[in-house]
Parts: sequence; structure tokens; C-alpha cells
Amino acid sequence: MNLHSFLLMRHELVLIAIMLIVLIAELATKDNRKSIIAPLALVLFGIHTVIGFLPMESGTLFGGMFNATPINNIMKNILNIGVLIILFQTQKTFDSELNRGKVSEYFIVLFSTLIGMFYMISAGDFLMFYIGLEIATIPLAALAAFNRHENKSAEAGIKLLLSSTLSSGILLYGLSMLYAANGSLFFTDLMHGTYTITSLHTLTLIFFFAGMAFKISLVPFHLWAADVYEGAPVNVTSYLSVISKGSAVFIFTVVLYTVFKNYAETWQPMMYIIAIFTMLVGNLFALRQNNLKRFLAFSSIAQAGFLLLGIIAGSAVGMATVIYYVLVYVFSNLAAFGVVSMIESHTGKTTISDLNGFYRTNPKLSLALMLALFSLAGIPPVAGFFGKFFLFTAVASVNTTPYHILLLIALLNTIISLYYYLMPVKAMFINKNESPIAYFKSDVFAKIGLSISLTGMVVVGFVSSIYEEILKFCFGL
Amino acid sequence: MIEGIELQHILIVTTLMFFIGVYGFLVRRNLITILMASELILNSVSINFVVFNKYLYPDALQGYMFAIFVIAIAAAEAAVAIAIIINVYRRFKSVNVENVHEMKY
Repeated sequence: MNLHSFLLMRHELVLIAIMLIVLIAELATKDNRKSIIAPLALVLFGIHTVIGFLPMESGTLFGGMFNATPINNIMKNILNIGVLIILFQTQKTFDSELNRGKVSEYFIVLFSTLIGMFYMISAGDFLMFYIGLEIATIPLAALAAFNRHENKSAEAGIKLLLSSTLSSGILLYGLSMLYAANGSLFFTDLMHGTYTITSLHTLTLIFFFAGMAFKISLVPFHLWAADVYEGAPVNVTSYLSVISKGSAVFIFTVVLYTVFKNYAETWQPMMYIIAIFTMLVGNLFALRQNNLKRFLAFSSIAQAGFLLLGIIAGSAVGMATVIYYVLVYVFSNLAAFGVVSMIESHTGKTTISDLNGFYRTNPKLSLALMLALFSLAGIPPVAGFFGKFFLFTAVASVNTTPYHILLLIALLNTIISLYYYLMPVKAMFINKNESPIAYFKSDVFAKIGLSISLTGMVVVGFVSSIYEEILKFCFGL
Repeated sequence: MIEGIELQHILIVTTLMFFIGVYGFLVRRNLITILMASELILNSVSINFVVFNKYLYPDALQGYMFAIFVIAIAAAEAAVAIAIIINVYRRFKSVNVENVHEMKY
């Protein structure tokens, strides 16, 4: 291994450099100049996002613990774009009196969670995977508890941290059994090892599954999600529901397709049932929410259920659709959260009934929110439709009766989801209101963030070469 | 191999530890005790790794390494958890789960 090969870790290295620069900027600026740190972090992260797209070779580092493959690179770039949009939306939250002193903290902690996710995605070994997972979740709890003066934020932080501790404990117990059964935790050894599948392996699989299901918030491990999403600051909520969930889905797919390749007969039925329940519970609970953040939380649980459809398919197409769907989901969910965070930061209103008559006062924002919700629901002109379409195609291409039933259930769930996604739209456009939310002018950064996500939502749907590019590097069972 | 102690005996202890941890996590009402229960789970896992390495794969080192990292990360986790619990105490004047319930579905 020579120094040159460290370039394979360039996403992580550049992010660490950015963290250090932000730290030095914090030390070097005077108290009244702290406001430049947020734009600085944004610019640096923008450069990092561009660097991510440069062509790169593939290879392994640290004796196979770290994999750099083209598909990992695509996953990281998707997450980078999402974080960039979130940083645009975050810029103005530091103008308030309460947050002014902790600008650099926020960015350092945020970037360190992202580094954890990158290491987790690139892991070639369960040790690296576990370290990445923990680097990603522990600071996230600190971020959820970021508003120190709010009861809800503290509650969200402790709920997130304790439930993720339990889940990683369960996951680790499974991994220790895997070590007992195989004597190695390297993905390549586990994949190519010649062994018969014993009940110990099945136990491992179930424990691993339970641990990851917590992170992706699949039913029945979803109970933390709605509370944490509601209590955390709105930008952290969008980070949790998009970036954190997306990265967990990526590595989950990779591990199931490589390490647990030989156990497909065991995990496919498990996923089958969990996917159905996740879609159903997510959708049915979303129906009765009035708080916008809780509403989006349950909608994101239901979306995770849809993502499982792609994983169940078990083919290269299935994996490509999962990645593509996450890309679409990043844009559409961040657009929805962008509008919600604008409304919350300007007026403090957080419920769906507050949106009544919103179109009369803020037509542009209501159109943006409408497009985002259409994309989440899967209505044609926007990318969400293509995401769902490809997912359903991947499931339908496995030509057996159980998969057709699954497809039918998924389609029925789409109809349920249409109902609740249209409720905010109805509130904005149709419901009458004597005193709707007054017109407000949003800041330029949030506008840029929103327009990036809206453009992405339209472009990703129509430029089919994006999907083909992803499919080129994917692999099946 | 440790003379006179079989692998099964240690595994019974660690399994008990794990499930006591899970049980404590679910029934305890004090946040600090819940944190202690989760530490119990992580400790049972590290003992598991060390024991499997020692008894089944004495030439390898991966289990020991994993145990060390589990301990280190558990420490980091406890630090952040206690910081948040202190903040919870300041907000709610209690570290009892029953009082920390602003949000419910």
C-alpha cells in the first residue's frame, strides 16, 4: 500500500479536512463575526460535493476493511447532494439569539456523522461497519438534542440515543454469533466461505436484521421515529429522515446481497412480511397526523417499506431501483422539509390545519410543497412516479405468485398514501381560512436549496441515463 | 482454553447478561438505569467476542480487536448519553421516563 492509494478515501479525507477548517475558523474568528462560519461550511461542502464527482479508481484499503467501488461512490455522491441541500436550508437558523454561539459545533457534529456513514457504506468488514454506524448515530443524538432550551429536543435526543444503543447491542450480539460460526468478519470471507447454513446463521441474520431495522425505522422497530422527528430541530429531522435512512438502506442492501447472499431463502420471506407491515402501518398512522413533522415521519416509514420491495427483488435491477429511489426520495423529501422549515422558522406554525388558505398568501411555496408531495406520492410529472414505477417493475420481474400479491398490496398502499399526501394540498388550495399564514419573504439560501431539490425532482425523472448509469455498477444475488 | 471451564458455561453467562440487559432496558424507569442496562448488553457482546476468539479461533485476533472497539465506543456512547440525560434533568427536573413524555402518538 502506498500513499497514493489513500486517495481512494477521498470523500472521508476531504470531509475531515473540512471539519478541521471549521474548527480553526471557530478559534480564529471573534465572537461578533461567528456568522461567517455557516457560509464557509457551505462553500467548503460545495467543493467537496464537486470533488466527489471526479472520476476515481476502485480498490481496497486496510487489508480489505475499506472498499472503494464505483457503486459506493455513487451512493456517497447522492448523500453529498442531500447534505448540500440541507446546508442551504440551515444557513438562516443561526441568526437567532439562542443558536448564535453554536454554529461551528453544529457543522462539526453534522460532518462527523456523515463521515461515519461514508465509512459504513464503504465497509468491507463488520468492524469497520460497526465503527461507521456508531460514528454516524452517536453525534446524531447530540444533533437531535441541539436546541438545549427545548424540552422536546432533549426528549428526542435521549430517545434516539437509547433506542439506537439497544439496536446496535442487538446487532452486535448477532455479529458475535456470526464470528463464532465463521471465524471471520470480512465480507469477502463470509461470502465465499464453504459452510452449511445452521440455525446459528439464521439467528445471526435475525439479530442483524433487527439492528438494521431500527436504523431504517421498519415496523415493528419504528416507534422511536415519530417522536424523534417531531422533537428534533427541523433541519436535523430532514437529515435523519433522508441521509441517515438512505445510508442505512444502502449498506443494508449491500450486506444482504453479499454477506447474506446464501441465506436469501431465509431473509426474503422475513423482508416480505416486514415490508407489508411497514407500508401499512406507516400509511395508516400518517392518516391521523396533524403535525407536519410527524406526518412526514410516518410518510418516511411508509417510504422505507416501499424501498424494501426493491431489496426483496434480489436482482441487479432491484439494487439499482433502491439507489435510484433513494435519490428521488432525497430530492422530494428535502423539498417538502424545506417548505416546512421555512414555515416553521418564519411563523412557528407546525400543523396541517395551519396550512389552510396558504395558497392565497404564498402561492410559490404552496406550489413547491404540492410538487414535493406529488413526488412522494408518485404522481407522473415528477420523479417520484418513476421511482415507484421502477420499484414495482423490479418486483414484478420476479415472476411468482407471492411477488404478484406483494405488488398488489404495494399498489393498494400507494392509493392510501395518495389520500394523506393530498390532505396538505387540499388544505393549501381548497380549505377556506379567515386568517391564513401571512405572506413572508424567505431568505435566499433556503430558496436556492428549495430550487435545487425541485430541479432535481424534475430532472432525475426525465434523464433516464442516471438510472442506466446506476444500473451499470449494480449486482444481484 | 481455560482449564476446567467449557465454552458453554461462559456462553450461558453472556446470554443471561444479554437478556438481563434487554429486560432491564424495557422495564426500568430511570434513564441512568436504562443506560446501565444497555452497557450490560454491550459487555456481554464483548465477552462473547473474546471467548469465541480464545476457544474457537486461538490463532486469530479479530475477536479481541472487536471487543476493544466495542468497549471504546460504549464509552463514547455513555458520555453523550449522560450529557443528554443531564440536559433532560435540567429541562424536566427528573430523569424518570414517566416524566419525559411530551410527545406521544
